[in-house]
Amino acid sequence: MQKVTREMLIEKASALLAEGKVDRVLGWKNGEFSYDVTPFVFTDVESMKKDFVFGDFAFANFSKYLIKETKKSENKVLVFLKPCDTYSFNQLLTEHRFNREKVYAVGIPCDGMVDVSKIKEIVGDGIISVESGDLIKVETLYDGVKEIAKKDVLAERCVNCKSKKHVAYDELMGEEGEILDSNRFDEVAKLEAMTADERYAFWQNELSRCIRCNACRDVCPACTCEKCVFGNPNSGVENKAASNSFEEKMFHIIRAFHVAGRCTDCGECSRVCPQNIPLHLLNRKFIKDINAFYGDYQAGEEVGSRAPLTNYTKEDLEPSEAVNKEEN
Amino acid sequence: MQVNEYKPKIVAFCCNWCSYAGADLAGSNRLAYPAEVKVIRVPCSCRVNPMFILRAFQRGADGVIICGCHPGDCHYTSGNYYTRRRMALLFSMLDYLGIEKERTRVEWVSAAEGAKFAATMNDFVQTVTALGENKRLEDLRCKK
Amino acid sequence: MRKISLSNLDKLFALISEKAKLYLPVDGKNGIASFKLWEEGVQMSQALNTTRSAKDFFFPQTENLMEFKTEGKNIEIIDTRTEKEDFVIFGVRACDVKSFEILDRVFLSEPVDSYYASRREKGVIISLACGRPAETCFCKTFGIDPASPEGDITAWKTATDLYLKANTEKGEKLLASLDGITEACGEEAVEEQKKEISAIMDKLPLKDLTTDKFGVGKTKEYFNSPAWDELSSHCLGCGTCTFVCPTCQCYDVKDFNTGNGVKRFRCWDSCMYSDFTLMAHGNSRLSQKERFRQRFMHKLVYYPDNNNGMFSCVGCGRCLAKCPISMNIVKVMKTLGGKEND
Repeated sequence: MQKVTREMLIEKASALLAEGKVDRVLGWKNGEFSYDVTPFVFTDVESMKKDFVFGDFAFANFSKYLIKETKKSENKVLVFLKPCDTYSFNQLLTEHRFNREKVYAVGIPCDGMVDVSKIKEIVGDGIISVESGDLIKVETLYDGVKEIAKKDVLAERCVNCKSKKHVAYDELMGEEGEILDSNRFDEVAKLEAMTADERYAFWQNELSRCIRCNACRDVCPACTCEKCVFGNPNSGVENKAASNSFEEKMFHIIRAFHVAGRCTDCGECSRVCPQNIPLHLLNRKFIKDINAFYGDYQAGEEVGSRAPLTNYTKEDLEPSEAVNKEEN
Repeated sequence: MQVNEYKPKIVAFCCNWCSYAGADLAGSNRLAYPAEVKVIRVPCSCRVNPMFILRAFQRGADGVIICGCHPGDCHYTSGNYYTRRRMALLFSMLDYLGIEKERTRVEWVSAAEGAKFAATMNDFVQTVTALGENKRLEDLRCKK
Repeated sequence: MRKISLSNLDKLFALISEKAKLYLPVDGKNGIASFKLWEEGVQMSQALNTTRSAKDFFFPQTENLMEFKTEGKNIEIIDTRTEKEDFVIFGVRACDVKSFEILDRVFLSEPVDSYYASRREKGVIISLACGRPAETCFCKTFGIDPASPEGDITAWKTATDLYLKANTEKGEKLLASLDGITEACGEEAVEEQKKEISAIMDKLPLKDLTTDKFGVGKTKEYFNSPAWDELSSHCLGCGTCTFVCPTCQCYDVKDFNTGNGVKRFRCWDSCMYSDFTLMAHGNSRLSQKERFRQRFMHKLVYYPDNNNGMFSCVGCGRCLAKCPISMNIVKVMKTLGGKEND
């Protein structure tokens, strides 16, 4: 696959800015270290040359930011979308969350993002710089430079990448990829194969770490309600630290349920969790079930598709069949 | 029969147009069903939000059952079809989290099926009694 | 100063455990270290920082305050506080120890928060010198020396031994009770480690960050700075930074209707949340910019204003590591402070 570099993206942006097609660019800005990349709106090429980055840590899925960004001006904003981001992009369009006319989307190929916590597991703390490549060069405070194969530190969601194909763009850079045969449901199947007691213990252990920071909700491109049920002081379950194990479970069940059928499996929830709770395993369970019960469905694959939970057939399976299917 | 003091708390969400009337019919036909079943009337089974079910468990329910019109008979044409999909996914998720799947149920009971209503409730109460108290989805603060 | 061989560490932990509950950082799954109760077989984590700070011990995420029960016209108020036993926390880093001082000024000044006070009284803190700071560390900016942390007892871990030195009466009492398995020693090894740590501190990427531009009386200078728009523009409004922060101290008090009584509890709250400071008339901070500004102004200006120039950040680096969009206090300080701080 042709690699798209930072310079190519800046060149593209400066051409579009010069043409007047767009007047700002939603991109990634470098931080203190190689891995702490922040979303940022650039308005000129000089600042892009100084601060714009693209590489192994350009995680942020910009689709959700478009809701706010498109309301700021009548002019178009340029956005760079990785293949997985384009699914969220379409899903938001399906839900009429932003004005497509105000966006100029450039699809960029992606060969996977790197999870810095996986690097830390190998080299420990003290990462001064990370140089991209198939072999990643990590400079550390304590052990000098270390080389790690990129495939060993790929983010979980990239290990199980579902698609290298862009489903939405105005212009595509590099070559178009394909929808992949991922193994993304393997972990879910593994859990399903456990006994109920084992599953309960597994989730109890994972969810008990939750501090209810709501980052999973706030980053989620499918969570775009103006007022969230968990932000409503009259609901009794508003944004506050979870008070016990019931609230932790309720929050995560409801969060996952609210995006069921709309979740594109972009993996942002698990990435941002400060406690490393594998939240994608909840979302993927719903996706797997939907595929099994109602036929394969990929949210965001096309604009305007009818979500499984706002649809039905007369022959749908009964709730009792849904759980007895995998009897153990 | 063994003397068992444990009586489960059951919440039954019943559609106004069918099973709520079915419960009525069961009553007027003098068909017995356990007093542990607390009926909550809803305008359609589709009104039941997953949060209702979790809240019921939080506040001490040991089992939650949703009763609606038979598929095809919804007063609002299609409400129960949505219920069917929603609850299939929710129940599967609860099972995935290791919460006993027998504690939740959906049944289609029409206004004419008083006997089915009573039989369903008897069966459900029996199932939940056998499971015992809800421990996996309880809120300790609500325990006496 | 006393020392004990690292091979006897378990004996030390066992001896402390006999007297009081002992908590120390333990590695969990997925690289998350957290403070756990020590039991036979529990290994101490090598991690520098626990994901959640040690403030949990004194200011827990949620805490039951009291309970009400009504019978007829009588209301019974039940004290439900749980902190009744002494406990020891081992392995607290210099930054986290300093955070207790910041929390103390809030909770122990009049009116004293009796819940916090009683936990503080019952807890003995054994700090641990920080031999391998992470790239995100900047405690030095706030005048903290990771080689000589405060606390009731200070510990240093070398390749072979653990050195212990008591700083307070509480610490002396605990250390004296461990005399049977520790031995008196000189301070050479500790001095050596202090030098090593000091050399590492000079290599950290954030070593030049200063607080010169912030502190008392800077409200007017920064409050209306145009930089806040840009800094906060992509803030998600989640509470990650506030909940992993060792010095964030905001909480909400809520009543929970249990169906057979009322439980009053408090839980952490976050100034980043849309319902923070919500009052009958609405919310005084309507935009995320205002909420974002509040957090950093509080750390860098308001708190120093009220506490003789003391900042309410300890440079632990947790928010640098955990913010979903990598926006953090260092970027705020560099942007507001201008080029010289870069």
